[in-house]
Amino acid sequence: MNTILESRTTLTPGTWSVDATHSQIAFAVDYMGGTFRGTFSPFAATLTVAEDGTASLVGSAPVSGVRVQDENLTAHLQSPDFFDAEQAPEISFRSTAIERSNDEVTVDGDLTIRGTSLPVVLTGTVGEPAEDPYGGTRFSLRLDGTIDRTAFGLDWNNPLPNGEPALANDVTLTAELYLVRN
Amino acid sequence: MRLLGIAGSLRKESWNLKLLLAAAELVPEDVEFEVWDGLKAVPPYDEDDDGLPAPPPVAKLRAAIARADAVLVATPEYNSSFPGQLKNALDWASRPFATNPLRFKPVAVVGASTGAFGAVWAQAELRKVLSAIGARVIEGDVALRHAPERFDEHARLVDEDVREQLEEVVSELVEAAMPRVAVAA
Repeated sequence: MNTILESRTTLTPGTWSVDATHSQIAFAVDYMGGTFRGTFSPFAATLTVAEDGTASLVGSAPVSGVRVQDENLTAHLQSPDFFDAEQAPEISFRSTAIERSNDEVTVDGDLTIRGTSLPVVLTGTVGEPAEDPYGGTRFSLRLDGTIDRTAFGLDWNNPLPNGEPALANDVTLTAELYLVRN
Repeated sequence: MRLLGIAGSLRKESWNLKLLLAAAELVPEDVEFEVWDGLKAVPPYDEDDDGLPAPPPVAKLRAAIARADAVLVATPEYNSSFPGQLKNALDWASRPFATNPLRFKPVAVVGASTGAFGAVWAQAELRKVLSAIGARVIEGDVALRHAPERFDEHARLVDEDVREQLEEVVSELVEAAMPRVAVAA
């Protein structure tokens, strides 16, 4: 028996907000031969999908919520060497186009860090909406992208003994979102 | 608005102190300029002593930085870097790191030397350290060379080019401090 799968090209209509407890915005950057990781908490994100499938995703996170495993490093990340929390207290994202092909999704948008907005492309996977035990409907959306931190003015570095920079410029971003219908 | 001036040299006839005093003459009328004179009294940094209450000279330094809206540091050059006593004071000031009074504070660095280079390497290293502490280090600089030729017998800066550079740095520093003053008010 053949099963004909319906091709999915749009997300499910509705206004969807992030379930913060089960969602995460994380970053990773190569540092001294290893990988330095952190997260942003709290953050907010809203996905709006019209009946015709047109979708937009907006999100933001306060720089004061950057989390790494050392309070001194957290303080350094908030300083003018990196995010400059005093003059640019928020990171934000606004999509310009969202395309879906079955469980794969591509989100084009503008990412604003330290007052600089640049286009980014995020790719990932989307799950099917499911009823949760609390009477709501939710689905998962995972997005990955890579940005050059120096393009946003986060250009701190320090040379290793061999002269190479300690911190890479490319930073991978991962958003694991559980979206709940409002 | 209040600026704090810190000279990295201890001797009474310091060229860098004279440079700071010249800068004090160039600030706008409504800006106070305090020259901090406690550098020599700051003890060597010792984590065992780094608690509350802080050693009095350290507490005074931290308070002077905290009440200033911006800081101007004038450094000489010792062995291609800035003096140990200045580094020691900054190490004290930077603790505890996450809440230290230099965090986000606009800071400018200038320097004077008797040689031909105007303490440029010392200034570069000092900017790096201040950035690591979390200060907002502004880009302008003054490298005052051949210091004895730049001041008259009354310790007044007589080099017009250097005065213009210094005025520009002071102006950038005041401008960088404006938003903080507005928030504080």
